[in-house]
Amino acid sequence: MDRFTLSALNEARRQRQAAILVTNLASGVVRLFREDDAGLELMIEPALAALLPERFRSARSGLVQTPEGDEFFLTVHVPPPRLVVIGAVHISQALAPMARIAGFDVTIIDPRTAFATPERFAGSNLLAEWPEDVLARAPLDAFTAVAALTHDPKIDDLPLRAALEANCFYVGALGSRKTHAKRLERLSAEGTEPEALARIRAPIGLAIGAQSPAEIAVSVLAEVIDALRKRGVAGEGADP
Amino acid sequence: MGTEDSLRLEDADVLGLAEDWVQAGRGVALATVVETWGSAPRPVGSHLVIDADGHFEGSVSGGCVEGAVIAEAVEVIGTGTPRLLEFGVADETAWRVGLSCGGRIRVYVEKVV
Repeated sequence: MDRFTLSALNEARRQRQAAILVTNLASGVVRLFREDDAGLELMIEPALAALLPERFRSARSGLVQTPEGDEFFLTVHVPPPRLVVIGAVHISQALAPMARIAGFDVTIIDPRTAFATPERFAGSNLLAEWPEDVLARAPLDAFTAVAALTHDPKIDDLPLRAALEANCFYVGALGSRKTHAKRLERLSAEGTEPEALARIRAPIGLAIGAQSPAEIAVSVLAEVIDALRKRGVAGEGADP
Repeated sequence: MGTEDSLRLEDADVLGLAEDWVQAGRGVALATVVETWGSAPRPVGSHLVIDADGHFEGSVSGGCVEGAVIAEAVEVIGTGTPRLLEFGVADETAWRVGLSCGGRIRVYVEKVV
């Protein structure tokens, strides 16, 4: 591998971009492909190009053989997924530790200091601030999930719009169908396109009949993982 | 922070370190686990970075075959030609170097030029 490729790979990792290093084990030739490279399928052998989307989704490195008999190693680098929870509510108290165990870097944001107390969120990255202030210094990206759980438009609406604009792999919002219908009206009036609005998962969580806040947290986390592992699959809407 | 996170960060640092070492003018090789069978201790994609003097960081086998990989890597830094190494219970060398846990691994060693 040459130092420039190594440097480009490290830069992609710093920028939280998914990248795959393709090493020809016979020749030693190394090439780097980023998930958001335009015309990726034109830059690489068709047999390899066909494999890359699944590798980006699964984040699994491994050997592949082309029909010509060449052996390649794919080193897959996908940024660690983040979960941003809007609302230091009861569901969040259960969701934060579960998501951490599942490998997510979790941040909880709630400007209401009565909710956002360290006692209720021991061990969590909790920010008692307005979402716009937090997002201004830590922008969302495609490897971040956003779950808006406050029911309060003043707190939830802005990060939901930001999540859709940043192409977050998961955008979910708590609330009944009626609450969500009103939310869609508000976001639409503020200029969010219908295709983007359709990406909001509401009612939030997989339909497992969840009752308690902890059960709802399980259903939300399962839905987040589902979205992560099916990123970019037709119908899942993660493509820009 | 869980164990998985620690492992991921460990791997992340190895590639950053490889870049730092190259920039500092050191001869550097990168070893990568490309295939595993059975109870191999480190997953596919794990890295070890080695310099010309045999200094190293990271892990390709949790300590079992690092010594052999480092020796090969120092030679790869000298010749510039990549090598594909295989360690396993069927291999006498593997017994000697200690991968007797029933696992087999293939490790690709390349110079960073």
